[in-house]
Amino acid sequence: MGFLHRHRGLTPYLLLAPGLVYLTFFFAVPLGFLVHQSLESGNFDIGYSFTWAWGNYSAAIRGYGAQFARSFEYAGIATVLALLFSYPLAYWIAFRGGRWRNLFLLFIVAPFFVTYLIRTLAWETILADQGPVVRILRDVGILGSGGRLLATSVAVVAGLTYNFLPFMALPLYVSLEQMDGRLIEAAQDLYASRWRAFLRVTLPLSLPGVVAGTLLTFIPAAGDFINAQLLGSPGQHMIGNVIQSKFLELIDYPAAASMSFVLMATILLAVALYARAVGTEKLTG
Amino acid sequence: MGENLGVSAVHEPQTQAPASREHAAATPDVRLDHVTKQFDDVVAVDDLTLEIERGSFFAMLGPSGCGKTTTLRMIGGFEQPTAGDIYLGDREVSGLPAYKRDVNTVFQSYALFPHLSVLENVAFGLRRRGVKGADVRTQVRDILKVVGLEGMERRRPRQLSGGQQQRVALARALVNRPRVLLLDEPLGALDLKLRKQMQLELKGIQHEVGITFIHVTHDQEEAMTMADRIAVMNGGRIEQLGTPTELYEKPETAFVAGFLGVSNLLPGNVVAGDRVRLRGGPEVQVPTAALAGRTGDVGVGIRPEKIDLNGEHENRLDGRIVESAYVGVATQYVVETPCGRLTVYAQNTQPGSGASGRDRAVTLSWNPESTFVVDSMEEETE
Repeated sequence: MGFLHRHRGLTPYLLLAPGLVYLTFFFAVPLGFLVHQSLESGNFDIGYSFTWAWGNYSAAIRGYGAQFARSFEYAGIATVLALLFSYPLAYWIAFRGGRWRNLFLLFIVAPFFVTYLIRTLAWETILADQGPVVRILRDVGILGSGGRLLATSVAVVAGLTYNFLPFMALPLYVSLEQMDGRLIEAAQDLYASRWRAFLRVTLPLSLPGVVAGTLLTFIPAAGDFINAQLLGSPGQHMIGNVIQSKFLELIDYPAAASMSFVLMATILLAVALYARAVGTEKLTG
Repeated sequence: MGENLGVSAVHEPQTQAPASREHAAATPDVRLDHVTKQFDDVVAVDDLTLEIERGSFFAMLGPSGCGKTTTLRMIGGFEQPTAGDIYLGDREVSGLPAYKRDVNTVFQSYALFPHLSVLENVAFGLRRRGVKGADVRTQVRDILKVVGLEGMERRRPRQLSGGQQQRVALARALVNRPRVLLLDEPLGALDLKLRKQMQLELKGIQHEVGITFIHVTHDQEEAMTMADRIAVMNGGRIEQLGTPTELYEKPETAFVAGFLGVSNLLPGNVVAGDRVRLRGGPEVQVPTAALAGRTGDVGVGIRPEKIDLNGEHENRLDGRIVESAYVGVATQYVVETPCGRLTVYAQNTQPGSGASGRDRAVTLSWNPESTFVVDSMEEETE
């Protein structure tokens, strides 16, 4: 007690310490191991040794360019779809939800009460060849008689969109909910129609939510492998599937580690470009 | 669509006054005709009829919940009346949304767009109406000069002080040269000193631009400082409408007398066309006009500064000083009389005068012309 009083300046560091210790042991140290591992060579039988094997990186990019590209394509489409679905949803709850707001928010979060894996397996059933969706689509002629949804990119993107929707909807809701309704009145007072007021005031002010939601959706979606594995076929495999199989099935640690780093670097680059395009000013409000 | 309400359309004089109207030349800028607004089962505005002259500074004054803000919001187009019509000039506008009305608002706590610069905040209305490029910049610069914010174009609202934000809000509305400017408690967020300064400035700006201002406030001093005419509102209705002097000197109801300044109200009974017997006290003389034909129980009112401590005037009342407080320009006395307690302000015009004479017997007196009469205030607890 007396110690803290005499050394007030220490308080912030003491508050920071638990998080810092945690991050060091469970993030920084494993990351270091991973770097180390990604530069090893050898194989499972003879063991791996550290040899500055930069070739792992070029091999990862050359051998799995298609999976990398697909990861970003699927994650990108899923993010855009999630944004398009979530915005009206969050807007409606924030401005029209009234006293039922919290209930509607609970509905958005409700899927989290069921395991990710089970939810995705449920989608497998919904989109199955004998399932109701495929039957209806065949009946109305959108799918041919032999057409299917499972094992197509449509199914994988749909699964990703569904699974990450709450990560988009919640930040959007928060940014819309805290908006001052009088700003919209002020815009209408200054000759802006409802639509204009939305474009000039509501939308720009909700951008921090859009940005947060986009990042929270895109980043995990780009590294996902469950959706491609359960709803897709090898033709839809994403880089997550490759890393997963290298690590756990082929026990090729250096290849898996280097791929993880390429993925991480690419995502960081994409996020940096995105932040620059939107403007950091808008990110911080 | 509606946003291309061009500048020319806005400035167009109202030439098509229907011949049927009696005073076509003196068409009021704003007219409310039996307007009622009901929220669920609460009547916020109750059968309000009101005319506001072009170019005047009009205040709606009342306690919170009296319907003044709702009335303002109906004129602005943010609420639609449950019954009745609202006219801007000759045009009936009740169904029209806010963005199609030639009216702008200075919102309580300003509602400036936080993501836009001062320039873009002020230019917002101009751009919506299709004003372009250099014209926008010139008009914004001119109006910022009027409100005293030259060179602030590139700041963001959060980089400004409260007073500066207030000026931006004013400029943002005025730059559109609306028919009517609505001000919703515009000075409420400022500290006392700045508020006093802005009161005078607002009045000056109104003179300069010549636009009709409708100002909503619960601060009687603010309303009296700025407005040409004031509507004192209570319970969704207008209690009294008049110039600040009329309202202060000749309040017609106990509510108005109590809301504007301090007043002494004594119960009494009318004995003649110009005489009232105070309950438990003497007869006093009142102006015939103030009595306005009332009979039976009435309330007789005298402002504290109109009362003399020595009996020089015609209306007299004996009493005893029970409290006195020196407040600089005046000394405030509380005098116990058979008719009740009265507050008296005596100006300290002589050197050395001050609080004194506690428990002294005095004869209060006042000029009959300074007396006003209100309906019996038995049910009022002012």
